[in-house]
Amino acid sequence: MDISRREFLRIAGASTIVGVLGGWAAVELLAPGKLEEKYLLKPGALTAKRWAMVVDTKKMDEVTANRCIEACHRIHNVPDIADPKHEIKWIWLEPFENAFPDQQQEYVAEYLKEESFILLCNQCDNPPCVRVCPTKATWKREDGIVMMDQHRCIGCRFCMAACPYGSRSFNWMDSRPFIKERNPEYPTREKGVVEKCDFCAERLDEGLMPACVEVSNGALIFGDLADFKSEVRKILRTRYSIRRKPHLGTNPQVYYIV
Amino acid sequence: MFEKALIGDRKYWGLIIVLLTIIGVGFLLYLWQLKIGLKITGMSRDVSWGFYIAQFTYLVGIAASAVMVVLPYYIHDYKAFGRITILGEFLAVSAVTMCMLFIFVDLGKPMRVFNVLLHPTLNSVMFWDMVVLTGYLLLNIVIGWTVLEAERNEAPPPKWVKPLIYISIPWAPSIHIVTAFLYSGLPGRGFWLTAILAPRFLSSAFASGPALLILLALIIKRFTRFDPGREQIQTLAKIVTYCIIINVLFFLFEVFTVFYSQIPEHMHHFEYLFLGKAGHEKLVPWMWVSFIWMVLAAALLVIPRVRRDHNILAAGCVFVIVATWIDKGLGLIIGGFVPNPFDRITEYWPTLPEALIALGVWAMGFFILSILYKIAISIKEEVMD
Repeated sequence: MDISRREFLRIAGASTIVGVLGGWAAVELLAPGKLEEKYLLKPGALTAKRWAMVVDTKKMDEVTANRCIEACHRIHNVPDIADPKHEIKWIWLEPFENAFPDQQQEYVAEYLKEESFILLCNQCDNPPCVRVCPTKATWKREDGIVMMDQHRCIGCRFCMAACPYGSRSFNWMDSRPFIKERNPEYPTREKGVVEKCDFCAERLDEGLMPACVEVSNGALIFGDLADFKSEVRKILRTRYSIRRKPHLGTNPQVYYIV
Repeated sequence: MFEKALIGDRKYWGLIIVLLTIIGVGFLLYLWQLKIGLKITGMSRDVSWGFYIAQFTYLVGIAASAVMVVLPYYIHDYKAFGRITILGEFLAVSAVTMCMLFIFVDLGKPMRVFNVLLHPTLNSVMFWDMVVLTGYLLLNIVIGWTVLEAERNEAPPPKWVKPLIYISIPWAPSIHIVTAFLYSGLPGRGFWLTAILAPRFLSSAFASGPALLILLALIIKRFTRFDPGREQIQTLAKIVTYCIIINVLFFLFEVFTVFYSQIPEHMHHFEYLFLGKAGHEKLVPWMWVSFIWMVLAAALLVIPRVRRDHNILAAGCVFVIVATWIDKGLGLIIGGFVPNPFDRITEYWPTLPEALIALGVWAMGFFILSILYKIAISIKEEVMD
């Protein structure tokens, strides 16, 4: 059979289209994306309508704070990179004027001036990082935790520009060699992705409190903001608390008792 | 028509070889960046976007400015621009390609770039930016190519291309508006958090793009038999003049709001850029050069007699291009990150490999531009004969 050039091109074009559509259909059949839809909670997992954290700065001395930081960074394989340009941190200390630059004033109470404030992701109720992420690699769970999927992140760092709290770190290089002691229970990250604190979502699933809360001797209070009787509600009801940059409308869920 | 790109004189091939060499160097360094990570750049935890994203922002403006030749011709029937619409469209093609490459080289995980399509996220401005940039690239390739082909056949362009042209007109500013929205909607960055950002982007785009087009037209006139035309260049010069004046005004409007209101989160960035803060003043001379050159260019070009002299006009265009490049390609992105959310200063300066990768992308853009312009001009010469 002779076929003309034109006819050959037509057949080739048509079969390409059929092939592409067929392949797509097969993928849809075999992996219809149902897996993501729901996951089952383990018995004993901690759940809440709205997780929140209260920092009792009166109890949070530097020794306790460093213990919290150490626990978090060890459990989550957070590398210890000395260069501040490339460092990665999930929870760290800042002086009052840097933690609360908009509330800094010359005559601020002496004890605030001397104190360091423990900072972490605010798990905002209205998170700008989630709003800007072009791949849904960062998203907010129903219980308020702002999660991060390092396998989907394309490393565009839009979330870092959007976060008003400097809570996000980027892996500027392969940071695995900087992990002091690797915890095999928790994944390490590749170069080129963003990471941050996620209120120890993996520990809550196991029925455990966040690592920092566990070692804080009561300086960090963690609980359900929707539950009137919860510890966090009780303390917020009775003591005056401040939050970082609340005027930005992000509704941060880490409260500081000063 | 593509065969026209394959025949040329020594100068043409010389240019192509030089550009390919620069692309090659940039590509090798990019492979190194891919291996080591973005650590090889000057970016940091505090200044998490730098030279790459800044070049992208500047070039979106160059791309958008094609509308300044397309709109008068198709909407106002300004015949003179019919001669040069192709130059605007092909400039847009090369500029958008550079934009996309700059985004690409900035990604930490470039192999996952298609996640943006796989998980379309309507609330992300980045998603929309990808949509408008891709659309604009396709529009300009199709329109430019089809109209040029018709010109070669000395026939009117096919009817179906007309609606595409009309779509491309509002599409052009949209790419730059969406790009401004990447920045102007972020709550914690006082420098960008202003409604005048998008208008400023447009005014600087419509000054710098036509200025580049004038320079390209003068080069074409000098080295080929095709003359883009004196009237065309003069009309472009007027566009450049008034847009740079508007751009200076928009900048001063922002300065007024920032400094009369005295809100620290907005003032600090301007203070860092123009005065330096706590001994950090890397960008201060650049910002002043940018501002003074913009004002100088505006003052020069607004005088008709001066503007008519093509040597002075060319100098004015260089002033405009350099000044707007410093403003957007350096100050805008870095200034937004300094001081950081902790009111601290971490300075940024691109590293050599970073600058060379960026240069490679620019060379890639000019490579595409050279080929497209070579085709367009060869066709114009062919039709003339």
